[in-house]
Amino acid sequence: MAEVEARYRKKRLDRGIKARADTIFAIASYREILYLILPRALPVIILLSLPLVLPSYWGKVLVYACIYGLLALSWDFLASCGLFSLGQAFFLGIGAYIAGALSYYFHWSPVITLPIATIGGGVISAALLSPVIRLRGVYFAMVTLMLPMLFMKMIETTGLLGGTHGLSALKPFPKGWAGTYLVIGLFLVCLFIFRRIINEDYGLVLRAIRDDDRAVMSAAINIYWRKIQALFVAGAVGSFAGAFMTHHYQFVGMSAFALDYSILPVAAAALGGPGTFAGAALGSMILVPLSEALRALGGMRIAIYCVILILSVIALPEGIFHYIERKYHQFERLVRVG
Amino acid sequence: MEGNTILKIEKLSKHFGGVQAMLDVSFSLRQGEFLGIIGPNGSGKTTLVNLITGFVKPNSGKVIYQGKDITGKMPYTIAGLGIARTFQMVRLFYNLPAYKNLIIPLCSSRVKKLRGGKYGERDDVAVDLLDDMGFERDSFVPYKLAGSLPHGYLKRLDLARAMALRPDLLILDELFSGMAMSEVASTLPLIEKFHEEGLTIIMIEHRLKELFRVVDRVMVLNYGQKIAEGSPEEVMGTEDVKKAYLGIEVEIT
Repeated sequence: MAEVEARYRKKRLDRGIKARADTIFAIASYREILYLILPRALPVIILLSLPLVLPSYWGKVLVYACIYGLLALSWDFLASCGLFSLGQAFFLGIGAYIAGALSYYFHWSPVITLPIATIGGGVISAALLSPVIRLRGVYFAMVTLMLPMLFMKMIETTGLLGGTHGLSALKPFPKGWAGTYLVIGLFLVCLFIFRRIINEDYGLVLRAIRDDDRAVMSAAINIYWRKIQALFVAGAVGSFAGAFMTHHYQFVGMSAFALDYSILPVAAAALGGPGTFAGAALGSMILVPLSEALRALGGMRIAIYCVILILSVIALPEGIFHYIERKYHQFERLVRVG
Repeated sequence: MEGNTILKIEKLSKHFGGVQAMLDVSFSLRQGEFLGIIGPNGSGKTTLVNLITGFVKPNSGKVIYQGKDITGKMPYTIAGLGIARTFQMVRLFYNLPAYKNLIIPLCSSRVKKLRGGKYGERDDVAVDLLDDMGFERDSFVPYKLAGSLPHGYLKRLDLARAMALRPDLLILDELFSGMAMSEVASTLPLIEKFHEEGLTIIMIEHRLKELFRVVDRVMVLNYGQKIAEGSPEEVMGTEDVKKAYLGIEVEIT
C-alpha cells in the first residue's frame, strides 16, 4: 500500500483544463472531455428518457415537477437581480387564466394560446409589478405575496372567468407525449439559457444590481428598466408554466393562484442552492417527487416533508448544487509519478 | 477666460430634516478645469457630489451641465450625460473579477456607440482600462476577485470604473482616503494625465499637499456654505478658512 502511495499522487482534474478564465478550456484527452460534458449531458439524457420508462402515474409527477421547476427558475432569475418574490403563483395564475380564457371562449388550440399567454403574462406581470420595483427585500416580497390573493378574491367575488367553478373542458394537447416533451424541453431550454445569460454581460449587470444598485446607477445604467426586463422574463416563464398546466389538465380554476405555487419554488431554490438555476431545477426535481412519494403516509405526509426540508437546509445551508459543484471542481485522479 | 462653462451650480440648498447640509452654494466650472473642494468633516462636500450626480435631490437651486438643466434627474441619466464619479466608500462588485467590474459601465448606452460598447469587445477594453490604471495585464491582478484585492487597488478600480464611462466631467470623492503614500504617489500622475488630456475634474480631498499640486482652483466649504474660492495660496490665506480648519485664537486671561 505504501508502495502505491509513493508512486502515485493525487491531482486535481480541472487544473489542467481551466486556463485563466473559467470560460476557456484546454482539453487534452477523452477523459477530460467526458469530465466536461458528462455533468451537462447526463441530466438532459435522463430527463428526456424518463417519460419512456416511467409508469404513467410517475410520468404525471414528472410533468408536475417540470412545472414547479419552471417556477423555481423564474424565481431564481428574479432573485439574481435582487427582487425576492413570494408570488410565483401570480405569474402562473395569469398565464393559466389567459390560456384558459382564450381556449374556453374562442376555442383556440394550445399552439396559439401558449405563446399569447407566455408573452401576455410576461407583459402583465411586468406592468403590474413595475410600480413597486423600487421596493427591496421583504417589502417587494410582501407585495408579490398579496397579488395572487388579490386576483383569487377578485375572481371569487365577481364570478368572472368561471368564478369558483373555473373553466373546464379546455382543449388538450394533440398527443399526450407532445405535452410532456414540450414542458421538459422548455424546462431544459430555460435552464441552459438562464445559466448562460447570468454569466454573460447582461447577467453581470443584473447581478451587480443585486449587489449594489447605486454603483450600477452611477455607471449610467437604468436599473429600473433592467428590473422590468427581468420581471418580464420571469413573468413569461411562470406564465408559460401556467398556460401549459391549463391545457395539460384541461381545466383552470382559482387554485392556479394557490400559495403552494409561491412557496414551493422558493423552497426548491433554497434546497438546491439559489443563484445557480441548476440548483433550483434540482430542488424541484427532488421536492415534487418526494412529496408524492410521501403520499402513502397519509396525514403525516406534510409533517415528514417539513422535517426533511428543515434537516436538509440545516445540513447543507449552501444548497445541494453548490455542494456538488464544489466537489466537482475538487475531483481528483491519481497521477503516476516516476 | 478660456473655454466655456461645463457646469454651473446656482444657489443649491439641501436640508436633511433640521440639518442644513448645503446652503445657497453657487459656482461654475470651465471646460478642462481642475477644481478642488476642501472643507472640514461634515461640511457638505459629499452632499454636493450627491446633489450634482442626482443621488440626492436638492430643495432649491439648479445644476446646469453643458447648458442643460439636470437638477433632480435620475443618477443614471446624469451619468449617461457624462458625469462620472467615484465613491468615498468604494462601491464595487466584490464577487466579480476585477476586470468584470468594468463591464457594468461598458454595458451602458453611453458607451455603446464607442469602442468597447459592443458585445465581445468589452473584456478586452476592460483589461486595457485596468492596464492604464496600473493593474499589469500580464499579472493575475485584473482577473482576481475584486474582494481579494488590497484597498489601494480597490480605489483605483473605482477610478477605472468611472473612467470606463468616458466622462466629460469626473468627480473624485476622496479618492486618496485610506491609500498608502506610495499608492497616492502612483495614482496622482494618472489624474494629472487625465487633466492634461482635457478632462474636467472636481476633486474632493483631505490631503491638501497632493491636492494643491494638481488643482487650478480650490473651493472651501464649511457647514454647507462656500466660505472661500480661488487659487490654493489665496484660499489658505483667508481668515475664514484658517478658522474652519484650525479654530479661532482665543485670548486667555
